[in-house]
Amino acid sequence: MLLPLADAIERFVTDGASVALEGFTHLIPFAAGHEIIRQRRRELHLIRMTPDIIYDQMIGMGCARKLTFSWGGNPGVGSLHRLRDAVEHQWPRPLELDEHSHAGMAAAFCAGAARLPFGALRGYLGTDLPAHNPNIRRVACPFTGEMLAAVPALNPDVTILHAQRADRAGNVAIHGIVGAAREAALAAKTLIVTVEEIVDTLPPAMNAIMLPHWVVSAVVECRGGAYPSYAQGCYARDNAFYRQWDSLARERTDFLAWMDEHVLGNTDHHAFLTGLQQDVA
Amino acid sequence: MSTCTRDEWMTVAAARLLHDHSVCFVGIGLPSAACNLARLTHAPEIVLIYESGTIGTRPDVLPLSIGDSELAETAACVVTLPEIFSCYLQAGRVDIGFLGAAQIDRHGNLNSTVIGPYDAPQTRLPGAGGAPEIALHARQVFVMLKASRRSFVERLDFRTSAGYLDGHGARARSGAPGGGPRAVITDFGMLTPHPQSEELQLTALFADASVDEARAAVGWPLLVADRIDTIAPPSAHEHATLRALNTRTREAHARPVRIPL
Repeated sequence: MLLPLADAIERFVTDGASVALEGFTHLIPFAAGHEIIRQRRRELHLIRMTPDIIYDQMIGMGCARKLTFSWGGNPGVGSLHRLRDAVEHQWPRPLELDEHSHAGMAAAFCAGAARLPFGALRGYLGTDLPAHNPNIRRVACPFTGEMLAAVPALNPDVTILHAQRADRAGNVAIHGIVGAAREAALAAKTLIVTVEEIVDTLPPAMNAIMLPHWVVSAVVECRGGAYPSYAQGCYARDNAFYRQWDSLARERTDFLAWMDEHVLGNTDHHAFLTGLQQDVA
Repeated sequence: MSTCTRDEWMTVAAARLLHDHSVCFVGIGLPSAACNLARLTHAPEIVLIYESGTIGTRPDVLPLSIGDSELAETAACVVTLPEIFSCYLQAGRVDIGFLGAAQIDRHGNLNSTVIGPYDAPQTRLPGAGGAPEIALHARQVFVMLKASRRSFVERLDFRTSAGYLDGHGARARSGAPGGGPRAVITDFGMLTPHPQSEELQLTALFADASVDEARAAVGWPLLVADRIDTIAPPSAHEHATLRALNTRTREAHARPVRIPL
């Protein structure tokens, strides 16, 4: 089903839902995250391996009550200051953490995608994480007796991805770095995909990541929807913006002013991008 | 080479530890610089894996993030993240893991999670990422970390990744498949584990560093090996290659990006 972004968020992302906006550094669905902020969703359980700037923004704007994650920094730059403020000072509200390693969270998405109850891995040995997270346990292999780490399957109410293109039937094609996007998509009860463009037909793409139309709940055309992250073959990651975010988000007042002007102050992603371009010019 | 910085010296020292054809799981920052310097100097066939799933990548500039397009475009192949962690790292197909951290203890255990108590941290750090399983499965681990009494500590606030645990074979007894931290490259030189106790000991110094400087920068009574090697300064070729790489990188990251309208 093809929908405008605001309609897709309004229809599928409800207060209190568990929501995974996936994409490992690449294809992060910024436009969708901003629309969730505009619609002032609350009490969300946010799920993402690397929260990145988009969850820093959603947490700072008070959308989230809980975060499942495995690495919460600004890649190559340093801290996510809004995430830190929520954990260190409960601002703007307390944030419950469900913290994993990448390997553990990948196993949880794989299990979720296959509708298995848990994922198993050789991991989490010699780390304090299990002492602080009851979702990391150990199970014995029924065949060898080997003790393995176990994590419960992740099955988000809604997964949102950004991709390069979809066809009119709703088939979605993704290329480049995919992280655990496919698994997060197939683990979800509802899958929304924003895309750079919708085409009449997709060329046959053997071995490429293709999400077939009947696992996709809604496709949204949204050019530039991953910016300031990137879309391979369409536009580059704005590394300068990622560096700039460090100072934009360090203080609460600066952060709120920026969000007010750029996200809440614009009706949609096109207006958001236009505003940023005017800032640069 | 008196003009080189300690950062550069650390990077060169780490790069020299890497053999051609070895398979390295690379983190962002100094490890990424060291691995690519090795590739551009003595180890052209080194296989670099980034956790974003890029295998055999040969970036012209260092990536800012672990998933920059540069890594995908210059990779031999790009696989999914579950595949890289389960079928490569966990399956024992990685020779060397490179890690940084906020804190290290005398047995090479690492903290990248919190300073202070977990439930009420003074400083919330980014967290584990790939580190716990890299530390567990890589055949050997190299750690790069600048030394101070805040980073080289008597007791970690949180153990994110296992080194030798409490030493004296504790790691092997825990069932960890990989070999653990074989070297810690820091800004006075290098620490390596004692063969029996597995406590890190000072085994090499940069030519302009001293044992006293090392002791002053470490928060536990530092074990000093009977024989201390001197790490040769960067050669003109190593130094020029690293500087050129860093210059290309700075220019690329400062380049304005077209906003996709």
